[in-house]
Amino acid sequence: MITITINDQKVQVENSSTILQAAEQLGIRIPTFCHDKRLVPHGACRICVVEVEGARNLMTACTTPVAEGMVLYTDSDKVAKTRKEILELMIENHPLDCLTCEKAGDCKLQDYCYQYDVKEGPFHGVKKSYKVDDTNLFYTNNQNKCILCGKCVRVCNELQCTGAIGQFERGFDTHVGAPFDKGMEHSNCVSCGNCVSVCPVGALMPKSKERFRYWETQKVRTTCSYCGVGCQMDLVVKDNKIVDVKPAEGPANDGLLCVKGKFGYNFVNHPDRLKTPLIKKNGRFKEATWDEAYALIVDKIKNTKDRYGADALAGLSSARCTNEENYLMQKLFRAVIGTNNIDHCARL
Amino acid sequence: MTNSINEVLDTNVIFVTGSNTTESHPVIGAKIRQAVQRGAKLIVAEPRKIDLAKDAEVFIQIKPGTNVALFNGMMHVILEEGLHNKDFIAERTENFEALEKMLKAYTPERAAEICEVDAEDIRRAARLYAQADKASIFYCMGITQHTNGVNNVMSISNLAMLCGQIGRESTGVNPLRGQNNVQGACDMGALPNVYPGYQPVNKPEITEKFEKAWGTGLSEKPGLTVSEIMNAAGHGDIKFLYIMGENPMVSDPDTTHVKHALEHTEFLVVQDIFMTETAQFAHVVLPAAAFAEKDGTFSNTERRVQRVRKAVEPVGHAKPDWKILMELMNHLGYQKMYRHPEEIMEEIASVTPSYGGITYERIDEKGIQWPCPTPDHPGTKFLHKGSFARGKGQFMSLEHKPSAEEVDPDYPLLLTTGRILYHYHTRTMTGKVDGLNRIAPESFIEIHPHTAAGLKIQNGEYVRVSSRRGSIVTKVKVVDTIEKKVVFMPFHYAIGAANMLTNTALDPTCKTPELKVCAVVVEKLSQTELDSLRSYAAAGFIG
Repeated sequence: MITITINDQKVQVENSSTILQAAEQLGIRIPTFCHDKRLVPHGACRICVVEVEGARNLMTACTTPVAEGMVLYTDSDKVAKTRKEILELMIENHPLDCLTCEKAGDCKLQDYCYQYDVKEGPFHGVKKSYKVDDTNLFYTNNQNKCILCGKCVRVCNELQCTGAIGQFERGFDTHVGAPFDKGMEHSNCVSCGNCVSVCPVGALMPKSKERFRYWETQKVRTTCSYCGVGCQMDLVVKDNKIVDVKPAEGPANDGLLCVKGKFGYNFVNHPDRLKTPLIKKNGRFKEATWDEAYALIVDKIKNTKDRYGADALAGLSSARCTNEENYLMQKLFRAVIGTNNIDHCARL
Repeated sequence: MTNSINEVLDTNVIFVTGSNTTESHPVIGAKIRQAVQRGAKLIVAEPRKIDLAKDAEVFIQIKPGTNVALFNGMMHVILEEGLHNKDFIAERTENFEALEKMLKAYTPERAAEICEVDAEDIRRAARLYAQADKASIFYCMGITQHTNGVNNVMSISNLAMLCGQIGRESTGVNPLRGQNNVQGACDMGALPNVYPGYQPVNKPEITEKFEKAWGTGLSEKPGLTVSEIMNAAGHGDIKFLYIMGENPMVSDPDTTHVKHALEHTEFLVVQDIFMTETAQFAHVVLPAAAFAEKDGTFSNTERRVQRVRKAVEPVGHAKPDWKILMELMNHLGYQKMYRHPEEIMEEIASVTPSYGGITYERIDEKGIQWPCPTPDHPGTKFLHKGSFARGKGQFMSLEHKPSAEEVDPDYPLLLTTGRILYHYHTRTMTGKVDGLNRIAPESFIEIHPHTAAGLKIQNGEYVRVSSRRGSIVTKVKVVDTIEKKVVFMPFHYAIGAANMLTNTALDPTCKTPELKVCAVVVEKLSQTELDSLRSYAAAGFIG
């Protein structure tokens, strides 16, 4: 452990910490775009700069390790002025369409511009004019909004390990895309959407069937219902409808999802969902009440058991249902019906 | 899994076999690749050159159904070169001598002949695995869905014990569970021979315990497995069948056989979220809530019990499955009421030793990995530390056995089946998601270019594929990632269904059908067949 001073507060921190980690320990928030604790520190966006006493320049908090006796200021006038300039440069060529941008309310650029009172770029220079790449079926890539933090590319390379996207060209023309600018559909992208989930601005956006504002939504943490990995995710809900899914930092998935978990949620609201019990009469299904359905099932269970014994009944439980439901299903067959004829598809 | 998912990041050697991890368990696939980027070496033994094969130090393209021969060949090399873990064998295992004797006959050359691979690759894989500080095996249905599936699994255990690659962090034998809660369904006793927590139904003291807990008399006679239930139903011996959240018309082998069984059941109840292929046969269909519409828990492949939370109200009159089951029990005269799934979990914990310490409060943030016997137990990151459940690990002497069906002049190709990234199981859910359907709209068969040329068929053409059980039409994908005598089909699709073709032959112990190997013939369609196919396509049935 070493001792440093942040904003006149003396603290002991691990000597392997970065300034950002040390500040986080104290609950001091430093703005970041390109930082993600799962990735190798990058220092690309510069927004996390802090003042280190004795240093010639401001230092990026995400890449600079702490040192014994370091004296830091995370929000001095100099820091605030520099961050403001960085934001001005970023929005200089950023389309200021926040009124209709789907990312509004969940956009770091918007939040920091508000925090540092940045309304527009001062230079009135050239704006980017990329065609929006909507060739992927699940998300769009609008490079006019990209701030080149590089997080999407690093997540694709370092965590998803697919390497479908990269940064191309130099300087003002730098942009993120698929190899040879051929469009996402011609890349080896597996549509996991992990790049979309980390984009701090509106450059990579899910194609949503619903129009919503993030402030109209609630998030509900749950477990993905596809494979057995048990990824944690937040269902983003508006008006009793799932409108988006965001990966959560679960012990099994560490903020990653696959295409099914991230984009495969529309089945929940699909019009073909079964909405009422159905009883087959003369070969055709007729809508029924729960009481009618229960009465018929109870009658059949009792009759079958009386005529043939409990072992003439069997149940298939479900690897798709919860533990509680599987427990009740086997309890129904064992304790109430009286047979051990209960299995599910595990052996298939 | 004996170990936790994240332990893969610190493994030195990862051995993947019978699992197309990046497609079937994508996030674990990504973590395996992260480990490779950090320097871990990867061994892949698969019938197809799957995506992970590109990252492999050793890739062995084995003939489907020959895993025991491969493992025996590897163990032969390990013993021959003295790479086995003598201390581990002496302290923690028994029956080593019998295994050693049996392995003498499995020279890598002989194993290579059975697996149709290069003996040198078997040697390289054996050395890599045995010499690793920490080596971990990942497998899935490519190991279990065989008539010798149990032997495959025990053979993997032999290999792990021989090298002492188990019972420590970042080692282990790691079966990847396919469905979100297949682990939990097993844990909860949705199995014919055990109560929750794998407590046998035919042990008097266990029966007594559950009779007391549930306040009712219980049968000590083990029930029928799913394959046996289908057989019995077909013979008219099962009169009443209740299927919750399963679609055997697509997922089970030999669809014709399943259809016969469902049609011959006097009364069939199907409880699901959509009108599935199976629900069509039901006498009563009950509408269930989807995962986002209910509370509960799932247990993942690393034994972690995690919360499922209700985000939206159930559609229409649909109800959560637990509520339907409870109400039905009540209507049958069993008066236990639960106000919330949390109360069911309290009951589970009270009768299931491995879940004894699990409460909703404790699992709220990160879940807990069972065994978790008491409220102060932290859960179990990896199994078999210090000793195995039975005490000493028992080596089993297992010979290679051919699959139930081999190729012959009438059925000259081996069909193996599996999953693809863009669909899940029988497509009940993913079939309703536009983007996924646009990427993977229809059934297909992967064929080697040489085989395709021999049959004068081209990429994208529709062909007839037949086995002894049935015949279907599907689209050809010519790929060089498969061997000449092997073809592959995903089993997701109800039209052009792979399971019309698959074999119902069972593993004698666990009754798992041999879904991964059957003999088929691929034929070009006649002009008449092509014409009728076009009219089908015009009507929107395919394509």
